[in-house]
Amino acid sequence: MAQSAIAVPVVVAPASAQRSQWAMSFERFRQHRPAVGAVIVLGTLAVLAAGAPIVSPYDPTRVTLSLINEPPSLAHPFGTDALGRDLATRILYGGRVSLSVGLLAVAVAVTVGTLVGTTAGFYGRWVDSVLMRFVDMMYSFPRLFLLILFGVFFRGMTLPVIVTVLGLLSWMTTSRLVRAQFLSLKQREFVEAARCVGARDRRIIFRHILPNSLAPIIVAATLGIAGAIIAESTLSFLGLGIQPPTPSWGNMLKDAPTEMNNAPWVAIYPGLFIFLAVVSINFIGDGLRDALDPRHVITRR
Amino acid sequence: MNRYILRRLVQALPLLLGISIASFALMKAIPGGPLAAYEAAPDFSDADLRRLEHTLGLDQPLPIQYLNWLGKFVAGDWGYSFVSHQPVLVLIGERLPNTIYLMGTVFITVLVLSIPIGVFTAVKQYSWFDHIVTGSTYAFLSTPTFWLGLLLIIFFGLQLRWLPLGGMTTPGASPDLVDRLRHLILPVATIAIVQLGSHVRYLRSSMLETIHQDYMRTARSKGLGERIIVMRHALKNASIPLVTVIALDIPELFAGAIVTEQIYGWPGMGRLFFDAATRLDYPILMGILAVTSTLIVASNLFADVVYGYLDPRIRYS
Repeated sequence: MAQSAIAVPVVVAPASAQRSQWAMSFERFRQHRPAVGAVIVLGTLAVLAAGAPIVSPYDPTRVTLSLINEPPSLAHPFGTDALGRDLATRILYGGRVSLSVGLLAVAVAVTVGTLVGTTAGFYGRWVDSVLMRFVDMMYSFPRLFLLILFGVFFRGMTLPVIVTVLGLLSWMTTSRLVRAQFLSLKQREFVEAARCVGARDRRIIFRHILPNSLAPIIVAATLGIAGAIIAESTLSFLGLGIQPPTPSWGNMLKDAPTEMNNAPWVAIYPGLFIFLAVVSINFIGDGLRDALDPRHVITRR
Repeated sequence: MNRYILRRLVQALPLLLGISIASFALMKAIPGGPLAAYEAAPDFSDADLRRLEHTLGLDQPLPIQYLNWLGKFVAGDWGYSFVSHQPVLVLIGERLPNTIYLMGTVFITVLVLSIPIGVFTAVKQYSWFDHIVTGSTYAFLSTPTFWLGLLLIIFFGLQLRWLPLGGMTTPGASPDLVDRLRHLILPVATIAIVQLGSHVRYLRSSMLETIHQDYMRTARSKGLGERIIVMRHALKNASIPLVTVIALDIPELFAGAIVTEQIYGWPGMGRLFFDAATRLDYPILMGILAVTSTLIVASNLFADVVYGYLDPRIRYS
């Protein structure tokens, strides 16, 4: 058809108004160049990590004594480590761990944070005071201190444990955000109207207020993934997170301080991938913020 | 104003109490404990263990144990390290100044650098300087502290051999000012660079918002010089929210201290905490948790008060 080549303004029926808002957001996101680039980088990284056994001919945990601390070469693009393992392969397998920890820990954090924030913001009064004082208390402990204590408690962590612990120590920002949304939205006319036609609390919360609070939650969650990846890698670097021989981007750097004099690549490349993932996620978070909240664009470039 | 400060102080008390209960519960939940060393000893009978438990007050109900601990804690008796048997207060007292020395330098460095950079990028929005700074702030705040520390050691310590690899002074040599400064540069840079990223970014967007306010146009139409407009009218208002950001960054500073002190062998509180954690040395852990969380609560309180002073509109809200 001839008109398929040119942009034709689509008349949107009022019934699909909600979907068109998401479409508009998607359009705005696509115009945010760094964010789109970041999606491509992160996507490639995730695909390579997921397909690590196909991409790499090496075993990530097998020790090869004849290949100790080999500098980068064609066969080993990032060199080998102190046990003769291919660094590039371990980075791919480590990416599986680090990326999933980030994603899953934030899933836990957002669930808990939304529950707490909703309860506090919707029911208000003493429930709100008690929950918010609890949030204040959680904020008063540096997260890394508690992570270290739990790391000692569990003698290092497996993936499910670190996801749970990290999630349960990271929900406070989301809860404050959701609470603030509820406090401002529950006074609005559309909530009043819903209540007038006899909607129950549950319906008001899940059908009216939460969907309208989604934008800030999504942005906070995205940036939370970056924070979780850094937290996991820091803990694993200190030897209290994911335990070797399973590689994670953090524990690959654990022995770097003793090796970096004769094999600096061991200290450089795993960290480079943490950096790459975190930068990409931060760009995506920024793109999402601009896309989901058009008012925000004014102050940004 | 005084009443506002007083009210905030009173509000902080239950928070501190809650923190102490939470840390106490946390310590009780972790295995090991003061009797762990004796449980394995063969010449220690069950009866001996009970007697020791009784003398240490560990056979009492938990709330009583907590109150006993709190009473002693407030009185300054923070117990003794299980490992070195030195008083906890003395151990923390030895290390805290080193951490404050490091953190204080970071704090001042970040403040001194971030304000001019943040103001300049906002005033010269879209210039090449702005693009470089905006790009670097992204990179800075996405860098894991410990990796940055390793990179700086590799580059400035091992490759160029310009700076020492760790410690606070050169062992053996008499520590003069130059030696102290040389040891300070890398650890400070490691934490400061990451913090600089977030502060510059924050100040830039806050300045950009302020620059487009009506009173800026008024100031300009009065014929005020650009320098006075930017420094007095814009920066003053733009830096108010920065107070809160800085206060919220204090926990980050402590977290940064653990990693940085570990990498650079800096004898501060972060390393004391890490070593105590791996040895399950509770009294030290309790003491450090108490000190850090109190400092965090105090800094938040301070930020609230300063905020109330700078922006009178929120004073009594």
